[in-house]
Amino acid sequence: MASDILNTAIADLEHSMSEEPRTHAIDFSRLERPAASADLGQEETCLETRNLDLYYGDKQALKQINLRIPEKRVSAFIGPSGCGKSTLLRCFNRMNDLVDSCRMEGEILLRGQDITRASLDVADLRRNVGMVFQKPNPFPKSIYENVAYGLRLQGINERRTLDEAVERALHRAALWEEVADRLDDNALGLSGGQQQRLVIARAVAIEPEVLLLDEPASALDPISTLKIEELITELKENYTILIVTHNMQQAARVSDYTAFLYLGELIEFGDTNTLFTNPGRKATEDYITGRYG
Amino acid sequence: MDQDTLGHHISQRYDAELSDIRNKVLEMGGLVEQQLVNAVRALADRDRDLAETVVRSDYKVNAMEVAIDEECTHILARRQPAASDLRLLIAVIKTITDLERIGDEAERIGKMAVFQLKQESRWTPQVDLRPFGDRVASMLHGALDTFARLDVEQAIAVAREDINVDREYEGIVRQLITYMMEDPRSIPASLHLLWSARSMERIGDRSRNICEYVIYLVKGRDVRHTSLEKLEDQAREPR
Repeated sequence: MASDILNTAIADLEHSMSEEPRTHAIDFSRLERPAASADLGQEETCLETRNLDLYYGDKQALKQINLRIPEKRVSAFIGPSGCGKSTLLRCFNRMNDLVDSCRMEGEILLRGQDITRASLDVADLRRNVGMVFQKPNPFPKSIYENVAYGLRLQGINERRTLDEAVERALHRAALWEEVADRLDDNALGLSGGQQQRLVIARAVAIEPEVLLLDEPASALDPISTLKIEELITELKENYTILIVTHNMQQAARVSDYTAFLYLGELIEFGDTNTLFTNPGRKATEDYITGRYG
Repeated sequence: MDQDTLGHHISQRYDAELSDIRNKVLEMGGLVEQQLVNAVRALADRDRDLAETVVRSDYKVNAMEVAIDEECTHILARRQPAASDLRLLIAVIKTITDLERIGDEAERIGKMAVFQLKQESRWTPQVDLRPFGDRVASMLHGALDTFARLDVEQAIAVAREDINVDREYEGIVRQLITYMMEDPRSIPASLHLLWSARSMERIGDRSRNICEYVIYLVKGRDVRHTSLEKLEDQAREPR
């Protein structure tokens, strides 16, 4: 009896040993890929640059930038000071036109339309591509009038329409709860973080497609910064967002895609998760890990 | 990536912290390796004192695991490491988990050596586990060397050795089964040897794991749960 049991056990053991050596194989194709690592090729393109060169006088600030910005995603531009990231951001609503010595070559396409052509209505472009700067710049008017400003410029003056638009914009900028009962107060009385969200509300009130954020949180305290970052994540439901930031952790937290620029060149552009864990270029690696370039 | 690229942070303190952690992992690895060598020797030489020393010393390995884990946590919190620094910390955290388990297996072999001495030696099968133990110990040594040098080729070689270890383990199991079938009185001693061999075989698996973490650290590719061929391809493919 006992020997029977032993024999069965041995037979089992031998059977298990006769199998092929384990290969530990898992079929990875069956695992779902997280959305954040989606191939850029599958994303709709919102903005695109082709062979973009930009000069300030004799100095070349951007060199042959070829970039495709996916729609309704957050793309971050990082790089050391003077690498051209703000200059690149400002190309997308032609803010560089305001600099006399600035000269640009190459193409920039917004949904396939070239926005560099001379005949383009720049005011129209800037309605479509809103911008927020490092320091909040509310107008010295009431909170309400700050948000309604762009709409009034468009000739919209009907109170009901304005009321709705202001409330919607303030909701989107996550500011409504804090200011709903004092819309007529002067905007300059708000805190820095609130002012910055107000400026974002002003930008989204006119329903742009793209939001350009140039260091939007660098003048804010950590809590206000987190609120802005949270807001950015919510805003990408409706807008394509480009953000320039010196704060790499911020880029890692808020963006879906990250571009690293260095000395006017686009070194690497890719999925943020990959770029921050396994960058393709040594220059990127050195920069994000804080090493000597 | 090679060893040299691990330094050169603008913050020299950060360099020092990371290199301190790597040194501690190697120190822990050395301790675990010593435990394993002693355990194998205690079992083969029927050396009770040595076996008990192994069992008593496991706490040192555990303490090192806790200390290194804590240092890694501090760096994660304070430095927010990225790219290769991040991969280094992940690799360290996972490596020391495997090292600690290897320490446990060595302790288990030490315990088996003590039990073995309580058996009548005439019923103990004439199966010498020393060559197998040495093979596994040299595999662990290779894995630690791989970690020290960040040498992907060596990682592949050590991972490949795991197949031989598995095969040799199967041979030992067959031998022990034969003893048990021939004389049931050999069963208790055979089981102790079998469990010791099983511990050694597991150490081979864990050494392979460490090599996989090194490939992840150097190449940024996760090669766990893949076949050896795939591991080689991924490890050799240029970045």
